Amino acid sequence: MAAKGKDSPAPAQLDPQATLESTAMLLRELVAHLRQNRTQLREEWARRITRAQLLTAMTEEEIFAEATSVYDNYVEALETGTFEALQAYARNLSERIIPRGVETHEVVGIVLLLRDVLARSLFGKYHEDFDKLNRILDAYEPAANRIANTVAVGFVQERERIIRQQQEAIRELSTPVLQVRERLLILPIIGVIDPQRARQLTEQLLRAIRTNRAKVVVIDITGVAAMDSNVANHLVQTVEASRLLGATVIVTGLSPEIAQTLVTIGVDLSEMATVGDLQGGIEEAERLLGYKVLPLEEVTPKA
Amino acid sequence: MEVPILKQGHYLIASIQSALTDADLSQLREALIERVGKYRSRGVIVDVTALDVMDSFAVRTLRDIAHMARLRGAETVIVGIQPEVAFAMVQLGLTLKGVSTALDLEEGLAFLDRQARERSERVQGRNPRG
Repeated sequence: MAAKGKDSPAPAQLDPQATLESTAMLLRELVAHLRQNRTQLREEWARRITRAQLLTAMTEEEIFAEATSVYDNYVEALETGTFEALQAYARNLSERIIPRGVETHEVVGIVLLLRDVLARSLFGKYHEDFDKLNRILDAYEPAANRIANTVAVGFVQERERIIRQQQEAIRELSTPVLQVRERLLILPIIGVIDPQRARQLTEQLLRAIRTNRAKVVVIDITGVAAMDSNVANHLVQTVEASRLLGATVIVTGLSPEIAQTLVTIGVDLSEMATVGDLQGGIEEAERLLGYKVLPLEEVTPKA
Repeated sequence: MEVPILKQGHYLIASIQSALTDADLSQLREALIERVGKYRSRGVIVDVTALDVMDSFAVRTLRDIAHMARLRGAETVIVGIQPEVAFAMVQLGLTLKGVSTALDLEEGLAFLDRQARERSERVQGRNPRG
């Protein structure tokens, strides 16, 4: 983020106008140098990546191919001073490599390696003219920093986008309210319950009670691995709110671990009807609704 | 605004039509308790479908109505609490403990009928000749 303020890479002591011009000139010279030594620098970079054991999820050919396009985009960004193309490329690259398990430190690592490789080549070229080297680096460093920043931010953003997308998908998948009989609803909860999800669950359940005119609701938490006092309180609130709508709630599938935690942390669930498993919960619900499920021959004994 | 109280068989039905002031609520409570005795009612239904807000005074008044009516021999059911209202109530800790609730008027009537039936069965059980 800090690099954003450094749009015009001007050393403080010089006349800004002249500096800007000479910076542009130096960058042009730099780009020409990088174009000339493209093959050699690219190979050097790919070698360094392999040696540093980055991008281990990819084959050497793939690394070389990606290195080539990153290199070209890098030089282009240096030349034009615009980062849109690089941003788009970074996003595109991230999209391709994230599913393969490439980590943030690897992406940042390879960009920093490229920066290092190029800087070394500049040292090699200008080591006789120290003053020139200094000015070239003045022009190169801010631009290179910004490129590194752009690529890293692009990668992280893409990752965050994917995470958000998955969270959304999980959230939508995981809250079905099902009607199993006239006036009997089942709400199977699977996975982790955070406050936001608990709220959403409750709202969904209350609406479903209204639209289905439910009298009994079975909440099955077999799929909930852990529960803390917050989640337990949410559950109690859900039960209370359902009762206000005239529906009885039966909670089923409390695992031994959850039962132990709840008693240990002292959550009061005495107001709540609990039954061991989902089957028992449904049987209890049927009893409350006045259903009785019998084998066919018992219903028609005369036949 | 005064809440109309309808007599339907053994039951009284108070249907709240709009947001009520505290004075209206107190007036409703007094009117209901008085009429439970006058009509010898066995059940009271308060329909709050039209309310989209319920504050602590309203909740307390509803609870008071239920407890007072019970002392006068009538069972009370609160019907038609909106899902959003129910959620807000539990978050504020206003849970109407000890008061019966039902989805809507129909359910409330069915609930009171069932209660009356159970009561008469209990009485018959105690009295073999009945």
